[in-house]
Amino acid sequence: MTWTDDQPMVSIRDVYKSFGDLEVLKGVSLDVMKGEVICIIGPSGSGKSTLIRCVNALNDIQKGSILVEGLEVNSPDLNKLELRKKVGMVFQQYNLFPHKTAIENVMMAPIRVLKQDRVKAEAAARVLIKKVRLEGKEDAYPGELSGGQQQRVAIARSLAMTPDVMLFDEVTAALDPETVGEVLQTIKDLAEDGITCILVTHEMGFAREVADHIYFTDGGVIVEHGPPKSFFNKAKDPRTKEFLSQIL
Amino acid sequence: MSQRPYQSDLAVLNPIKRSSVTGFDLRLKPWQGGVILAACLLTSGVSFAQTDSTEISVFEALLRWMPLLSKGFIFNIVISILAMSIGTVAGVAWGLGQISTNVLLRKISWFVTQFFRNSPWLVLLFFAMFLLPFEISVLGFAVPFPDWLKATIGLSLPVMANVSEVVRGAVNSLPHGQWEAAESLGYTRRQTLWLVILPQCVKRMMPPWMNLYAILTMATVLASIVGVSEIMTLTGRALAAEGGRTDLLAPFYSFVLLLFFIYCYPIARWTVHLEQKFAVKG
Repeated sequence: MTWTDDQPMVSIRDVYKSFGDLEVLKGVSLDVMKGEVICIIGPSGSGKSTLIRCVNALNDIQKGSILVEGLEVNSPDLNKLELRKKVGMVFQQYNLFPHKTAIENVMMAPIRVLKQDRVKAEAAARVLIKKVRLEGKEDAYPGELSGGQQQRVAIARSLAMTPDVMLFDEVTAALDPETVGEVLQTIKDLAEDGITCILVTHEMGFAREVADHIYFTDGGVIVEHGPPKSFFNKAKDPRTKEFLSQIL
Repeated sequence: MSQRPYQSDLAVLNPIKRSSVTGFDLRLKPWQGGVILAACLLTSGVSFAQTDSTEISVFEALLRWMPLLSKGFIFNIVISILAMSIGTVAGVAWGLGQISTNVLLRKISWFVTQFFRNSPWLVLLFFAMFLLPFEISVLGFAVPFPDWLKATIGLSLPVMANVSEVVRGAVNSLPHGQWEAAESLGYTRRQTLWLVILPQCVKRMMPPWMNLYAILTMATVLASIVGVSEIMTLTGRALAAEGGRTDLLAPFYSFVLLLFFIYCYPIARWTVHLEQKFAVKG
């Protein structure tokens, strides 16, 4: 079956995941269309991070199906490289390679994994560094950058692999309040460029502003979802209401 | 207004005073030098007082044997450097084996590491002496396999096991996020290890590795027990040649101690310096 872009880019169907005896995901389904930005929100331990890590095959699942552009992630013969070329991921703790400069962090994967020409990869990396507004920081080591700057390098590093979907796992949770804005602005730029994004976030204002669709998870299931306007104003489920009343 | 940093009575609010890391400093404190000097003078002085007038003085005897003993010491250094090289190469291999995804390889590596790490160095040395052949044939030629080389290999076994643990420990000390980030960028496990993980580990492995080298250097005197002509063996022979004079024992062995101290102390200081440097930079 070939995938066409009128089908969901990411299609999650009835996914179950447990760590030992602990059931984390109990039948989650959602679809993300090309160019869509979706936000997954919910209390800690509700399985939202686990869910997007499963999309990237960093966690395996026990049951269900995850299709990324028609590629079945829950399959023993999954070509992980093919998946990772389609899916980019940004982590809460940035996870930059501390022994490499910002630009090296960005250009390393295209050179080593995609076997791109070095000169070409470096030129592309410079464009990406500029895109995340870090011109002049190309040769800085991660330890010399602020949290917000490191996170933007991490976004550029992920974009260098030209993924079709970007996953953001609470990317502002470890940041100082004053640098959260710059990272959110970068993500907003991406969303405006039409890059498909799946975000796990606690930034409700941001979710309301950029998301096309919001999913609320609790206890390993999606409790409620909808476009931001109706989700934030007309939540029906008592658990959603309680969560929103605590956080807003 | 004064430019002093903000100070408060509440300790938690005050700026943290980090111990500032300055350049590598080899100097002993005056009292430390004094203790060493006093020890040398005392042993020599006591010996001097015991000397018969018919015999040559302690200082003359020491002076006479110093060149030979120093040569012996250089032999110790050669053994230590060789054993360290062999042990490091083999140890890195076993260390990588210990973090392999192959269960069998991981278990074997773990066992080899634990076995040699928890064996007395002297016993390993004896094993190497008696189990290794006195010559090996390479392409039909009999290549002699001298005792000192056997001893070197014997000493490299515990080094190997310790290096293996250092490698495993360093790899495991890195945040797991480094692996995940590399994985999600499409790196293979091998690429992740060689491009991302190991380069970061080198820095972390340096202090324990140098520490191990200093310990190995001091352990090279064990080779005297199996008859290698290193400094301890030569000191014993020199003392015998002087007629077994008891007044020479302390000065001669003090000289041996001094040589080891002069060689190992800077390594220890350098190790401390590196530890401080890396602790601050992270």
